[in-house]
Amino acid sequence: MIAIIDYKAGNLRSVERALRGLGFACRVTHNRDEILTADRVVFPGVGAAGRAMADLRDLGLDRVLSQVLEEGKPFLGICLGAQIILERSEEDHAACLGLMAGEARSFPVPLTSPDHGRLKIPHMGWNGVTHVRKHPVMKGIGSEDEFYFVHAYFPAPASEDHVIGTTDYGIRFPSVIGRRNLIAVQFHPEKSGRPGLNLLKTFCEWDGNHAE
Amino acid sequence: MLSKRIIPCLDVRNGKTTKGIRFKENVDIGDPVDMGRYYYHEGADEIVFYDITASNEGRDIMIDVVSRVAETIFIPFSVGGGIRSLEDMRKVLLAGAEKVSVNSAAVKDPEIISRGAESFGSQCIVLGMDVKRVTPSAAIPSGYEMVINGGRTDTGLDALAWAKRAEALGAGEICLNSIDADGTQDGYELTLTALISENVSIPVIASGGAGSIDHIYEVLTKGRADAALVASIVHYNTFSIREIKDALHARGVKVRMRW
Repeated sequence: MIAIIDYKAGNLRSVERALRGLGFACRVTHNRDEILTADRVVFPGVGAAGRAMADLRDLGLDRVLSQVLEEGKPFLGICLGAQIILERSEEDHAACLGLMAGEARSFPVPLTSPDHGRLKIPHMGWNGVTHVRKHPVMKGIGSEDEFYFVHAYFPAPASEDHVIGTTDYGIRFPSVIGRRNLIAVQFHPEKSGRPGLNLLKTFCEWDGNHAE
Repeated sequence: MLSKRIIPCLDVRNGKTTKGIRFKENVDIGDPVDMGRYYYHEGADEIVFYDITASNEGRDIMIDVVSRVAETIFIPFSVGGGIRSLEDMRKVLLAGAEKVSVNSAAVKDPEIISRGAESFGSQCIVLGMDVKRVTPSAAIPSGYEMVINGGRTDTGLDALAWAKRAEALGAGEICLNSIDADGTQDGYELTLTALISENVSIPVIASGGAGSIDHIYEVLTKGRADAALVASIVHYNTFSIREIKDALHARGVKVRMRW
């Protein structure tokens, strides 16, 4: 059973539909026991960091998620879930979960590129991921595969060793980060067609081991 | 860098698509779910379902369509047409749409944009704009006026001013339809598209007038659009989405080539 963490943060049913479509049993839940007995955890999220952290704390899930991570279960953060696993976010100046050292940052303003001039924020649409480190969950993902992004902040781990993939949008930002049994992606794999579904599938089959 | 998006638009009435679609292998499919699946596999970057149902019963059918689409395709899709309240938005989003678009309702009650953005996030709220060309005046300095009710009703609103206001209210994206170009297949309204796109910081989807791949190329380059809405050109199989993308890619436009 895969637990999809429910903390009122946006539409979780798309993640659920994608996992079910792939044939994996999952449950959208904020129940502590269900989360702790699950084989693996998906931590999605849409919305603002401050509100999400307040909701997580109200539900007591901040400590539950730390425990899941310590137990070595495969843990996938998605979008906001890739930001609030860090120690803090520039959004709302929120103190976050601290499951990985680092912070979520906003794009610099104005954001420009030599070829495209001024770039719009949020970064919304399809973009690629450059692999900077091998990871079992990223196997099968090619350099031409693109993923669907919608975000104004991005994860910036304190250690370069935790950056698995980067994406270019005016700047080069970490879009896939990971440490031990934790992997997190800034894009929405559940909305990214076949490459996204492939990533979810490899996550669901991953044992959580990743040599750093 | 972001890819430019190619977005097929399907008009739906009482749960059926209104344009019988002539695929090479499959004639006149009228089921929006099947058509959504077809375009998903063809490489659509997003799909727009536009509900032109008049009756309330038909609206419930649309919610069912949205749920079935959401179980079938794993790319973003939006639903527009007849969204008048927060409750309408909630139903469509809960059924699995990524975004909702508001058009006439937002002109009549702009606060629906801000309330929608607060409740569901700006990224969910698309402002649909139907615009026609007019002689510039003190009231409409840009020379583009907002029209509603499918182009039948003038609003006296300047399209550029309205786009900026909607952005300030929290719209996450604009779907910009030129009434003058719509249905002509003579090309998108490039001046209008560039004007709006350069003056807002949210993405602009150009709509109305696509008749050739050149038209799509021009609106994504000169028109500075972030995405192009396509309807007849793909529904009648003049070009497939694959052919459109291959041609854009060959001309140096970044589009998503693997799906």
